[in-house]
Amino acid sequence: MALSIVDSCVNCWACYDVCPSNAIYQSSAHFKINPKKCTECEGDYAHPQCASICPIEETILDAAGEAINPLGSLTGIPPEKMKEAMDEIQAR
Amino acid sequence: MQLNVLGQENGGEAAASSCASGSCGSDNDQMAALPEAIREKVKNHPCYSEEAHHYFARMHVAVAPACNIQCHYCNRKYDCSNESRPGVVSELLTPEEAVMKTKAVAANIPQMTVLGIAGPGDPLANPGRTFDTFRMLSEQAPDIKLCVSTNGLALPDAVEELAKHNIDHVTITINCVDPAVGAKIYPWIYWNNKRIYGEKAAKILIQQQQKGLEMLVEKGILVKVNSVMIPGVNDEHLKEVSRIVKEKGAFLHNVMPLISEAEHGTFYGIMGQRGPEPEELQDLQDACAGDMNMMRHCRQCRADAVGLLGEDRGEEFTLDKIAAMDIDYDSAMKTRAVVHAGIMEELEEKEEKRKRLAAVNVPASADIIPEDTRPVLMAVATSGGGLINQHFGHAEEFLIYEASPKGVRFISHRKVDQYCIGGDTCGEKESALAGSIRALKGCESVLCSKIGYEPWSLLEEAGIVPNGEHAMEPIEEAVMALYKEMIASGALAEKAPEAESISA
Repeated sequence: MALSIVDSCVNCWACYDVCPSNAIYQSSAHFKINPKKCTECEGDYAHPQCASICPIEETILDAAGEAINPLGSLTGIPPEKMKEAMDEIQAR
Repeated sequence: MQLNVLGQENGGEAAASSCASGSCGSDNDQMAALPEAIREKVKNHPCYSEEAHHYFARMHVAVAPACNIQCHYCNRKYDCSNESRPGVVSELLTPEEAVMKTKAVAANIPQMTVLGIAGPGDPLANPGRTFDTFRMLSEQAPDIKLCVSTNGLALPDAVEELAKHNIDHVTITINCVDPAVGAKIYPWIYWNNKRIYGEKAAKILIQQQQKGLEMLVEKGILVKVNSVMIPGVNDEHLKEVSRIVKEKGAFLHNVMPLISEAEHGTFYGIMGQRGPEPEELQDLQDACAGDMNMMRHCRQCRADAVGLLGEDRGEEFTLDKIAAMDIDYDSAMKTRAVVHAGIMEELEEKEEKRKRLAAVNVPASADIIPEDTRPVLMAVATSGGGLINQHFGHAEEFLIYEASPKGVRFISHRKVDQYCIGGDTCGEKESALAGSIRALKGCESVLCSKIGYEPWSLLEEAGIVPNGEHAMEPIEEAVMALYKEMIASGALAEKAPEAESISA
């Protein structure tokens, strides 16, 4: 049971600071998670901390390899609603 | 004559100048209304004093990458050397590297008075890195002013620590006081170990910002409020923001235009949210000015900017270049003290001169400008020092001043658009010139130290009269002198150019 960081990571350090298990380390290209240390925050927090602060969608994956923050989840606009939102914004 | 100001609740008169005499050189002494103690604190701070920004330089060190909120005008993939806007940096620094860089810049640019931490994330979301930097700097470079810029979410918890490090300037970005507006600007925040979305998130952020503002004011720390003007989202709302933050004790409000180019990859950029036109921004700043001391000279600089506000000398101070420098900070501090004293002396002389002129309240009849004379916008090319001292062709930006019977006031700066809009035949030279002319839209004259023949005629065709007669003169005096020349020659009998929206 461990989360992982993929190469869309922008190295902003946010996850590193909030990990309660010190499982995140700086590495070449991007930050990584030590699977031996990662607890997915069980026992510490209701939600995994790295995935709760990461600003980039599809960058932190769960143990099954699924994105915890899928496309559209951080802008608040689901992809199928994108067109509608765009039209509203461009009318401003 | 000054304006427009739809929906302004009060304070129309407050915007009027205290200077009634036509011979007065300036009505834009932005700091004039401030208490002496505050003026003392900001007189050499380029981001807090319009006058100081002609003389003193600032720098930002990029030690704070993490952020605790998302703003729709920000893209966290900030690693670009060609963009100049908040949140963008080329290299992140450790606190130790930041201290080295600060000392290197301070030694090489003695006019540098201020070190700020402004990102590229939120400084207070990186308390370890931010406060380590401040602690080392206050020990090793005590002659540098420290300041910080924050979104405010973590501010209440940081106030004690800020006070301890002697940081007496804090900027809070406050874009709204209404969660419904906030939900359109901030998609989420990270709060109490959870990601929170929408209005609930905006409400927490607003509460924290307001609480932080009150706590800072309580401690006697100067607070500037930055707001990003987003048309159709918070433009009208910012008048209320301005009123509230002033009431709570912020001393300066800086309303900045949204930057939202699609290629920046921000949410607003990609979605096609427009930024304000210069005249929309100016109208809003003027509307807020009835309630609040406004800042208009902000350049929205990068989180690693170095130099005078209009310039960025960051390239001269990359880590590898700094490593090769041998800095003797003690001797640098002595040089700096002499340079600072020299500039302050010059500023005090200017101030004395202003006072003397204002005291002459019986101007010669030729000096009285009839009250119904229309205002004129003029552009100025300057490389600092408060003088008209830059060649037209070297200007990367112009300062825009308004001359009116009330005097001269600084309006804004305009960047020269360098990109080419023409077809294959359009050479680089032509496009830069076309960019300059576009940047001067609405101005009737441009004051510079020198100008070439070719741009001269193109400017005249565009209805902008180039003027090199006032080279090396102080800006405000030159603008007033030219205004009077224009009145005398009858040039103001003609209508103002179309783009001119200030005298609606």
